Formats: sequence, structure tokens, C-alpha cells
Amino acid sequence: MTFDWAFLLGTLPAFFRALGLTVELGLIAIATSSLVALLCSSVLLLRLPVLGVLVRAYVELARNTPLLIQLFFIYFALPSLGLKLSGYSSAIVALTFMGGAYLTEVLRAGIEAVPRTQVEAGMAIGLSRWQLFRHVILPQAGVFSLPALFANFIFLVKETTVVSAVAVPELLYTTKNYIGLYSKTYEMLAVMTALCVLLFVPLSLLFRALERRLRHAQFGS
Amino acid sequence: MPSSGLELLWQVAPQLGRGAIQTLAIALAAILCSTLGGLLYGVLGSLGRRALDALLRFYLELFRAIPLLVWLYLFFFGLPLLTGVSLSSFACAVLVLSLWGASEVGEVVRGGLQSLPRAQREAGLALGLSTWQLYRLVLIPQALKRMTPPTINVYTRLIKGSSLAVLIGVIEVIKVGQQIIERTHEHVLIYGTLFVFFFLICYPLSLASRALERRWSYA
Amino acid sequence: MSALIELSGFSKRFGDTQVLREIDLRVERGEVVVIIGPSGCGKSTLLRCLNGLEIGEGGLQFAGEALDAGSDWSRVRQRIGMVFQSYQLFPHMTVLENILLGPLQVQKRARAEVQAQAEALLTRVGLGERAGAYPRELSGGQQQRIAIVRALCMNPEVMLFDEVTAALDPEMVKEVLDVILDLADGGMTLLIVTHEMAFARAVADRILFMDEGRIAEEGEPQAFFSAPRTARAQQFLERFSYLQNVPRRK
Repeated sequence: MTFDWAFLLGTLPAFFRALGLTVELGLIAIATSSLVALLCSSVLLLRLPVLGVLVRAYVELARNTPLLIQLFFIYFALPSLGLKLSGYSSAIVALTFMGGAYLTEVLRAGIEAVPRTQVEAGMAIGLSRWQLFRHVILPQAGVFSLPALFANFIFLVKETTVVSAVAVPELLYTTKNYIGLYSKTYEMLAVMTALCVLLFVPLSLLFRALERRLRHAQFGS
Repeated sequence: MPSSGLELLWQVAPQLGRGAIQTLAIALAAILCSTLGGLLYGVLGSLGRRALDALLRFYLELFRAIPLLVWLYLFFFGLPLLTGVSLSSFACAVLVLSLWGASEVGEVVRGGLQSLPRAQREAGLALGLSTWQLYRLVLIPQALKRMTPPTINVYTRLIKGSSLAVLIGVIEVIKVGQQIIERTHEHVLIYGTLFVFFFLICYPLSLASRALERRWSYA
Repeated sequence: MSALIELSGFSKRFGDTQVLREIDLRVERGEVVVIIGPSGCGKSTLLRCLNGLEIGEGGLQFAGEALDAGSDWSRVRQRIGMVFQSYQLFPHMTVLENILLGPLQVQKRARAEVQAQAEALLTRVGLGERAGAYPRELSGGQQQRIAIVRALCMNPEVMLFDEVTAALDPEMVKEVLDVILDLADGGMTLLIVTHEMAFARAVADRILFMDEGRIAEEGEPQAFFSAPRTARAQQFLERFSYLQNVPRRK
């Protein structure tokens, strides 16, 4: 079999746009999911009555169903309920729906890891609920959660590949599209693999390094 | 056109059921292979051989770093090109999910064995237990408790991951659902049903994992 | 003038367990009260109730003000300092940040004034050089002295000490007890829960012996330690005197 370098080079601009879109989707999803998670975990921490139940139901629903179904529901089913979203918007909504729930769980676990005695020590000097959250709980919970947060950020970037299913021209969709159009399977798989390795392996290595650091991270020295 | 959603669901239930069986078959096969492969991986990983560790590490990092869907495409489109062997899309889905799951379960097993306090091993040896007795009576029972909850979590991820099989052309529950939608245009009803289908399988597993973790963290 | 702290018929239960039973207690300003008793007698719970970490039933007054679950505890706690067995410094803050947190955030005092006070207090407990250190860089005894300064810097009217030397290595106990003795000499109102009997005897104006949620006996330290009236107190003290003087094996 011959390897068609010329064809491969011709597709490279499209592939780099696709890679850019993958990164873009990943970064947006990280930002929106974090926002959702901050809101949801505050609701859980403050033990708000009705909202708390809703948040818990959302987290369970989003964590126990596949992203692909969430995405299909948003893209195909929501229009019949009167909400029509483009593939790109559907992708972001779906990734946020799933990512928000995962990150909420991470933050909740981090908050629970702060010892009760630390909260009492804060109460003993008269800190209000908000001051306790801001000065005592959040900084410590943040450090406890950091490795899991990073892991989930990377997970979100990886999950963007799933949105190829609604024709968002990111890395995987572009590959499949070119394979379908020109049958240059060998070349296209090679480009996809190379770009995936280029994007995901450094991310993974970076995370390992961070994780090792953070595992020993303590305050001071 | 059926008058109500429930009526339609009743009509298409056998068809959806056949699709669901395909999905569950993929998931169960992958769970089985992942567990066996993971046990092998974990035991090999706890032996402390350097070269072996590096190899396992490489395999794990590769499967963790690259998204599952990319692996599916690579095996589905790439395997025939490289080896001349053409797998069915069903077999391909099981293979990729198993390879991924085995590395995840394997890390859980290895971690479970390594997380036991050294003093437990020493206390067992001090009683005069043989290595086999030490593992069978002291270490494995304790490690099993640590390993089970995260392993169940890997199982739910495998079940959710099995949904991706539709993207390489397996006629499973989602594909069947899409076929029904083409006939009936009941998007909300069918996708809603699929939502519930996956939730009803995954949620009890998540609950079980959490309950076991809570119960055994005090043990 | 009313007592600084006044409890009447004060009780506390956790589920089915009655931890405090009908406690009556008056603590005057400037008084040093030491609470002793066997594990689980309710002495720590009593301290925790005084600053609202636990809410009990019955009469509880601080400086003439009745307190219950609905009170503004944040305001009351500014007037009651508390030090815990396990120090509970905030690990993500330096020593100085730990001390300044309450005065700046809760009391909204001026930084310059508070910082001067903090530095003076640090020097007083022998830790003037460690303002920039993080808690984990310090020994247990040093951390506990910082925790005392953190409470003192709020200018409280009373200090509660909950077994503050119980987690310390023996060689560090003295440096912490010295700080407390110094406070007592300065006229501060103190409520101290401790297992250090010699220290209790040295520092206390009054000893409370608690048993099964009640104040079983109280009195001046000399009288209490030399001639306890109740059988439970006698038993309790015998165990301690045994530990002071374990008989040589035969």
C-alpha cells in the first residue's frame, strides 16, 4: 500500500482547524462546567432545602448516563420541545451538563475532606458562615480537590471527541469525514493519531507531574 | 400513528429490547474481560519487576491518555489495514472497551494490594503465616474491600462507554432507537427512554459502590 | 453585678445519651476554674456548650445575657476565647495570618493596631520570631501557644482551655502550661479542662469534679486534693496518685 503524503499534507490545514476546535470546546466546557459546579456545590454546602434536592438529582442523572445520550437528547429531542440548538451549541450544553455534575462531585468531596474541627476552630473566633467558607473551608477544599479537578478537566477535553456525533467538525469528525469522502483511511488515521498523541499525551504527562507535586503539597516549606 | 406515548413504547418494546440486549452484551463481555485482564495486570504490577512495571505503565498511560472513541476508530478502521483481519463492529467494541477497562481495573487491583499497611504484612508473618496464607487470609480479604467500590465505578464507565459502539455501526439500543424515531418522529419519547434505560442500569451500581465504600471504610 | 458565666439546670443530650445533667454553675470575673473528671464525664461538652459549638437546654447566661440556639453566637464568641486539644491552626495560613483572621475579618479592627498586639503576644509566649512560619513547620507545643495567642488577640473576657496539653509530648507540656499560668496571674477569667493534676492544683481558684454529666464535687484545690469528700473523686484521684508513684515490682 502506498502512503499518499501529498494528500495528507493537503488535509493538514483542515486538521489543524479541527484540533483548534477540540481545544476550544474543551476550554469552554471547562469554564462553563466549573461555573455550574461552583453554584451547585454552594447550594449543597448551604443545605438549601428544595434546590439541594434538585442539584443532587441533576448530579446523579448526569453522572449515570452516557454523554452521547445527553448530546443526542439536546440536539435531536429538544427541538421538538421548542429549543433548537446548533451542533456547536448542543456540544457545549451537553459537555457542560455532564462536566458540571462531575466537578460538583469533586468539590463536594473536597469540602467534606475539611475536618469538622477546623470549622469549629473558625467558629470559635466568631467567623460568620460566609467567612468560614471563604477563609477556612474553600482554601483547604481547593487543595484537596485540585488533583481530581485537573483529572476531570482532561477528561472533559477527551470527551469532546464524542460531539463528532452531531457533526461538529472537531478532530474525530474531520477524520471520519475525510475517510468517507476520499477513502484515504491509512493517511487520515495516521494524522488523527499523531494529533491525538500531540494533544493528549502531554496533557496526561503534565497531569502526572502535577499530581505527584500536589500529593505532597502542603502549606509551608 | 399511536395515540399515546405509552402505547407507542409498548409497540416498539420488543425491538428496543433486542437493541438493549446487544448493548448489555457488549457491556457484560467488556466487564468480564476487564476484570480478568485487570486481575492479571494488578498482580503483575504488584510483583515489583521494573521492566514489567514500565511496560504496564506504558499500556495504562496510552489507554488513559487517548480518548476511548479514538481507540474505537483506530481499531475499527485501522486494524484491517495493518493486519488484514477485519473484526465485526461488535467484536471491535468489546475488544477496545476490554483493553481500556483492563488497565483501569488493573490499576485498582495494584493500588489495593499496595495500599495495605506494611505492618499488616509483618503482623501476619510474625504469626508464622506462609506467604500463601498471608495473601489468602490477611491481604486479599482487606484489599478486596478496597478494590470493589472503585471497580464497580469502572463497570459503570464501561456501560456508559458501550454507548459509543453505535458510532462504529453496531446495531444496539441507540441505533434501534434512531430507527424507531425515523418511523415515528417521537424524538423526546425515545431519547427519554434511552436516558432512563442507561440511568436505571448505572445508578444502582453507583449507589452500591458508594454504600460499600462507606460500609468498608470503617471496617 | 452578675456572674460572667451562669448555668442553671443546664442539660445536654446526644440522641439517647445524657451528657450533661442539670448543671448549676457560676463563674465570676477573674476566677480560674479547673474542671477534672474521668473520660466521658461531660467536661469537654460543658466547655463546647459555653461558646455554642453544642447547644443544650436550660439556663445559660454570659455577662447577664441569656443564650440559646437563636443567639448571635458570632458576637458572643468574640468575647470567649477557646483553645482545642488538637490546636486547629489553619494549615493554609501563616502564624500571623492565623492570629489576624478573627480581629480583621470578624472584629474589623485596624491592621496596624492588631499586628502590633499580635507581635507583642507572640513575644510574650516566646515565639516572636515565628510570625511568618506555617503551622506544620512548628512543634506541637509551639502550635498550641500560637493557638492561645490567636484566641487572646480577640481580647476575650474569658478563655476556655479544652485539654490543651493532652496531645503534646511531655517535654512540651510545660511551655504551654507556663503561658496559662501567666494568664491566670494577669487576672484573666479561665475555664480549664485538664488531666494535669499538679497543674490544676497550682492554677485553680476552684476545682470542679465532674462525673456522669454532673458536678459531683467542687471546692478549693487544697481541700479537694488533700481530702476529697465523694467516693468517686477519691477513686479518681487515687488512680492519678498511683501513676505518680507506681510501686516497684517485687
